[in-house]
Amino acid sequence: MKNLLKKEGTASFFSAAAAVVMGLIIGLVVLLIASPNKAFGGFALILSGGLSDMKNFGQVLYYATPIIMTGLSVAFANKTGLFNIGGAGQYMMGSFAAVYVGIEWTFLPPVLHCLVALLAAALAGAIWGLVPGLMKAYCNVNEVISCIMMNYIGLNLVNLLVRQTIFDSTRNQSYWPEESAELPKLGFDKIFVAGGTPSSVNAGIVIAVLAGILMYVIINRTKFGYELKACGLNREAARYAGINEKKSIVMSMIIAGALAGLGGALYYLSGAGTGIAITEELAAEGFNGIPVALLGMSNPIGAIFAGIFISYLKVGGQAMQSLGLAPQIIDIITSVIIYFAAFALFFKLLLAKITTSKQTTNANAEPALKKDEKGGTA
Amino acid sequence: MDVLYFVVQQMMYFSIPLLIVALGGLFSERSGVINIALEGTMVLGAFAGTFFINQMQGVLPGQPVLILAMLISVATGMLISLVHAYAAINMKADQTISGTAINIFAPAFVIFVARAIQGVQQVQFVNQFRIDSVPILGKIPVIGPMFFQNTYITTYIGVAILIVTWLVLYKTRFGLRLRACGEHPQAADSVGINVYKMRYAGVLISGALAGLGGLVFIIPISTNFNATVSGYGFLALAVLIFGQWKPWKIAGAALFFGLMKTISAVYSGIPFLVGLGISSNIYKMIPYIATLILLAFTGKNSQAPKAEGIPYDKGSR
Repeated sequence: MKNLLKKEGTASFFSAAAAVVMGLIIGLVVLLIASPNKAFGGFALILSGGLSDMKNFGQVLYYATPIIMTGLSVAFANKTGLFNIGGAGQYMMGSFAAVYVGIEWTFLPPVLHCLVALLAAALAGAIWGLVPGLMKAYCNVNEVISCIMMNYIGLNLVNLLVRQTIFDSTRNQSYWPEESAELPKLGFDKIFVAGGTPSSVNAGIVIAVLAGILMYVIINRTKFGYELKACGLNREAARYAGINEKKSIVMSMIIAGALAGLGGALYYLSGAGTGIAITEELAAEGFNGIPVALLGMSNPIGAIFAGIFISYLKVGGQAMQSLGLAPQIIDIITSVIIYFAAFALFFKLLLAKITTSKQTTNANAEPALKKDEKGGTA
Repeated sequence: MDVLYFVVQQMMYFSIPLLIVALGGLFSERSGVINIALEGTMVLGAFAGTFFINQMQGVLPGQPVLILAMLISVATGMLISLVHAYAAINMKADQTISGTAINIFAPAFVIFVARAIQGVQQVQFVNQFRIDSVPILGKIPVIGPMFFQNTYITTYIGVAILIVTWLVLYKTRFGLRLRACGEHPQAADSVGINVYKMRYAGVLISGALAGLGGLVFIIPISTNFNATVSGYGFLALAVLIFGQWKPWKIAGAALFFGLMKTISAVYSGIPFLVGLGISSNIYKMIPYIATLILLAFTGKNSQAPKAEGIPYDKGSR
């Protein structure tokens, strides 16, 4: 048991689980304050809504698809020590590229049309990731700041491009992609059905899961992934070991951008009847990649499950609306989870303290920790 | 001339909140804590302020209601920044993550509370705060119509905050200590400055100003608050960087960004700009593109506080 607790992964898992528990508790407290008589009923719906029938479970997978992709994007960049907060911009650029190809390039045959749309999205996202990557590697610009700027440039650029190319003025959004560009259903519309209406889930979730597995393999089983991780752990040491750390940073942001861009494509090519709306708000899917990556402990496989979990809460929140409670409670819970996930370091130190309290294996960690605590309470 | 007066008046509506919030960010970053929660803090401040106005309107006359509402926005901003400060300073958490959490929390919480209390998420208020013309000053030719007509008390408060910020940061012992904590906290600690306390002060001031900025942003341009400040918190962050972490440069950047916002908002009414045929989206993009370009050139010898974003650990002194 002690060996298990000492493992890095286990500590991460416990800190993520603790963050989730805190998020749910605070969500319940907010519900109790807002409407005491409906709180427990509503909370039960949040926890059970995603599994209430097959259609709802299909919707969980459907909503999970884009946030798994943006979550993978954040997690992948994180391996190289970069915080990709530009997921929203990359996602929107990818969405536009996919929808544009989906509408305009009808000369392509069905399956190829969809593939080209996906590729275009990945490329657009990659370009949006490339800029912060280059600026970080060659101009020493903090990627958080450049990513935020790129988010708003992307938002306004997409608004501009949608208006000038594929704008449907009757709906005040873009036209929908042609059927030939839609992702195949893979028979999911036969499985995830309730009362005759199928869920919108499609091949997108399969692509997202495959992308997660691919990222896992790249990070853990290739030389390239090893170099990325080395840069994330210590840039100087990596350079000293002969790794081209500038190239690693740029590549990491390109791949992260491509993943987020692909996420946009998987959402808008689902055939669920959604165009790109003209909006002043950044895409929520981009930011929701952050809790997904944090909960998934920056592990691609973890991000798949975390994406499904966050999406599960979202569908539960929609179910809760039947009681007249606002679904924003889900975002409140998510934000609390993120907040406490940021305490991961503290949880890990705490866990390390518990496990090493009798046998001081890490002599260095002990005194440092005590001083921390003194400073913290002062 | 009337067009010019109109543009300058509008520009103040956009620039002043940017200035106030960016100065808030300045206090936090100069103490060594990155505060990307400015956006969320603005949302919460704007909500508390507008909700107070919504409740008290008719009970009290216009300007006193506005001043009380501003105080409430300030208090709300400080409250939420306490949450960020605790994570960033005591828990040594990743400051970007904790800030992101607040940015996601704020709009959700505001909508949830508004709907729980009043059924709808928009907080309505009547705008009775505009000053048509400031006595005496409004009569001055040229300057009068530009800065003292169709204005708000918030404009002058913003200017006052700018002057006070400069005085506090560069002319007081507190300011020197605060800046020391952002540049080299170990050195500051070694001469007896309480780094944690100074950083708490920096973050709390930034919360106060961001909360205030949220309300100041909403008042002139709307008659209801709909749980968003349209990315102004992030734009203020750009202003802070564009202003190279210096109060007067920040003021210049806020005016420039405010002008771009104004052009994108009102260009359809200005014949000259309509003639240029540039989309409003382009004007909206310019501040962000300009910031990126500036960063690209200044990144190597950035003026950013050296210890910014690094939790201070007494143990590693």
